[in-house]
Amino acid sequence: MTPVQQQAVVPAQRQPSAPATRRLLGRTTGRLRESTRTAPGRLRLAGAVLTGLLLLLGAATCWQAVGLGRATDQVVSHSEPLSENAAEIYRSLADADTTAAGNFLLAGNAPAAVHQRYQDDLAKAGRLLTEAAARTDTSSAAQGSIAKLNQQLPVYSALVATAGTYDRQGLPLGGAYLRHASELMRTTMLPTAQQLVDDERKRLDADYEDALGLPYLAAGLGVLTLAALVWCQVLLLRRTNRVFNIGMLGATAAVVLTLGWLATAGAAAQSGLGDSRDHAARPLRALDQARFSALQARAAENLDLVARGATTQYTTDWAADTKALSGGQLDQARQGAPEGSVQALTAARTAFQNWTAKHQAAATANDAGDYDTALKAVIGPGSDSSDAAFAALDQHLADAATVEQAAFRSAARGVGGWWTALAGGAVVLAALGAAGVVVGLGRRLAEYR
Amino acid sequence: MRGVRNRALVTVVALAAGLLGAGSSQGADAPAAARPEAAPAAAGSCDTRSSLPPSRDESGSKIRAIKQRGKLIVGVDQNSYHWGYRNPQTGRIEGFDIDLAHAIAKALLGDPDKVVLKTVPTAKRIEAVQNGDVDLIARTMTITCDRLQQVAFSVPYFSSGQRLVVPKSAHVTSVDQGLRGKRACAADQSSSQTELKANPHGTASVRIVANQLDCLVLMQLGEVDATLTDTTLAAAQTSQDPTVELAGEQIAPAYTGIAMKKENTDLVARVNQVLADYRSDGGWQASYQHWLAASMGTDPTPYLP
Repeated sequence: MTPVQQQAVVPAQRQPSAPATRRLLGRTTGRLRESTRTAPGRLRLAGAVLTGLLLLLGAATCWQAVGLGRATDQVVSHSEPLSENAAEIYRSLADADTTAAGNFLLAGNAPAAVHQRYQDDLAKAGRLLTEAAARTDTSSAAQGSIAKLNQQLPVYSALVATAGTYDRQGLPLGGAYLRHASELMRTTMLPTAQQLVDDERKRLDADYEDALGLPYLAAGLGVLTLAALVWCQVLLLRRTNRVFNIGMLGATAAVVLTLGWLATAGAAAQSGLGDSRDHAARPLRALDQARFSALQARAAENLDLVARGATTQYTTDWAADTKALSGGQLDQARQGAPEGSVQALTAARTAFQNWTAKHQAAATANDAGDYDTALKAVIGPGSDSSDAAFAALDQHLADAATVEQAAFRSAARGVGGWWTALAGGAVVLAALGAAGVVVGLGRRLAEYR
Repeated sequence: MRGVRNRALVTVVALAAGLLGAGSSQGADAPAAARPEAAPAAAGSCDTRSSLPPSRDESGSKIRAIKQRGKLIVGVDQNSYHWGYRNPQTGRIEGFDIDLAHAIAKALLGDPDKVVLKTVPTAKRIEAVQNGDVDLIARTMTITCDRLQQVAFSVPYFSSGQRLVVPKSAHVTSVDQGLRGKRACAADQSSSQTELKANPHGTASVRIVANQLDCLVLMQLGEVDATLTDTTLAAAQTSQDPTVELAGEQIAPAYTGIAMKKENTDLVARVNQVLADYRSDGGWQASYQHWLAASMGTDPTPYLP
């Protein structure tokens, strides 16, 4: 019975009736049973099983490596940048609100740079929203937030423009318009932006989960194939007393290499991506929240002077935002922060204390009815104003963010490369291993002719 | 017939609300002044028009302290157009209330400029007087029974109430017509809010905002149809937007006065004298013509207390 005869049976039964199928099945199992009774038959079967296992291992490893590579790429070049993008949208909007209020307080005396900063914030928010829309699935929740913000952004800027026009005419209605614009920002737009940030963070978390998954199938198949190869070689050794079979040894080496490669790539991913998550993405997240609060506290500080005693809401807002900063956000930003950012974060804490002290002095003047002194203390030029203290805090936090973004890129760099290489390597190794089995067992088989 | 009866009822309610005088339409007011249920208790127990008899005596301890200091410290608003407002072009605070502050300084110290204008947020007016941070408050402050328990008031220097502000295009001729089926707006913790609670005038909805000026913003944006606020502030609204007007009658009459510390009886009596002189020497009328005539009408008679 040769393999050729076995194969010939199948095409002959083109449309087998039920009994015919049963007959065929019976005959095939019969032949299988028969073939394991003879030594060459057993060898042939072992060869087929081992080759199959090896090819399966190659295919599974390739498939999982491609999947993990893709997931890694998703984290590195998609969800992490989108998450940063969302945070930047929030920051631009909050900064626009802060700058608009500062601009308003300075009235006609606002330096061109301050006016430009407000324009840049709006332009940046618009550009980032367009980018985010292009890179986000049309069905996702994020798309809804983006659409909402896109619709509100021109409404907001129109309100700010109206505020400026009325103020230039010397009418208090200008201040009311600015407070209305700011209310739209603080009660509708920023919460929507926060929703976008949260959605992107959730997605980043899910992608990290995928990318940090372990290739159990490939590893399991590798171990199984290795065991089968070893077992087969032990049997061969017992039957033939030949210690080395180059083909089979080569196949074993290929499987060991595949397993080793798999372990190395897995370890690289766990350490590189894990690092990028624990020491970059997560501290960056806490840092972003601190930056949001700082901007909103600054907006409240400015708006309190814009309101000129019309409402006490902004003193409440200031208290809440600064409490969030001092009561956790600044500490959380330090947890797991990469070494390079610690210095900036320490400086930020000092700047924060300096800022609140300056604010207190301004607030005391304002409460005492000395609006002019309060105005100078809050927005005045020179290094002694609360404006300068806030700018220092903002700069230190931005510096820390730059360090953490760089830390993310350097930690995650190369992880995807390991998986891509493995995907190709596993196929080549599996093919070599299968060839080894065919050659190695073919030798033994030839001895029976 | 029924319409007449309804209107009579409305007037009675409005009058009652006005006499209870629960606060100012400025918003963000002292909470005690805004609690509508607190008002009835004080209803019969006070006369918002009465104060100490005027006097030229300057031998009291408070006036001597002011003379020694050489400056009169007045708590003012900087956000009420034509009343107490910081002119962004000049950085100076100006308006009807500010003229009054200068007149008092001139009477006490001989120089209208010997005055320190301290800006006091609406919510901190009572506190500022009680703590002695300011000698007096001239800040469109409505005299109410609740406030009379906490501070002393001069005799009224302005007779006001509440007015409806609507777009001219709405062609409104009465408060009821202007509010029926409409989206109204009033400041939080203001007497207008109290009024609309006591008598909704058939409004479809009432939007409550932090400050009465926010109502004008919302009206311009088409989010509300009408604003109910203090007469004084209603006039400040119409002078900022020529497309809106004071419509219908004044409801809930009330009086505006100068607040001082209760213990400073010498100052209260002296200020009452200054107010009497201010009216008789034409200072009041001149200031009215300068700041308010354009928005409230050239005839000041309805506003003279």
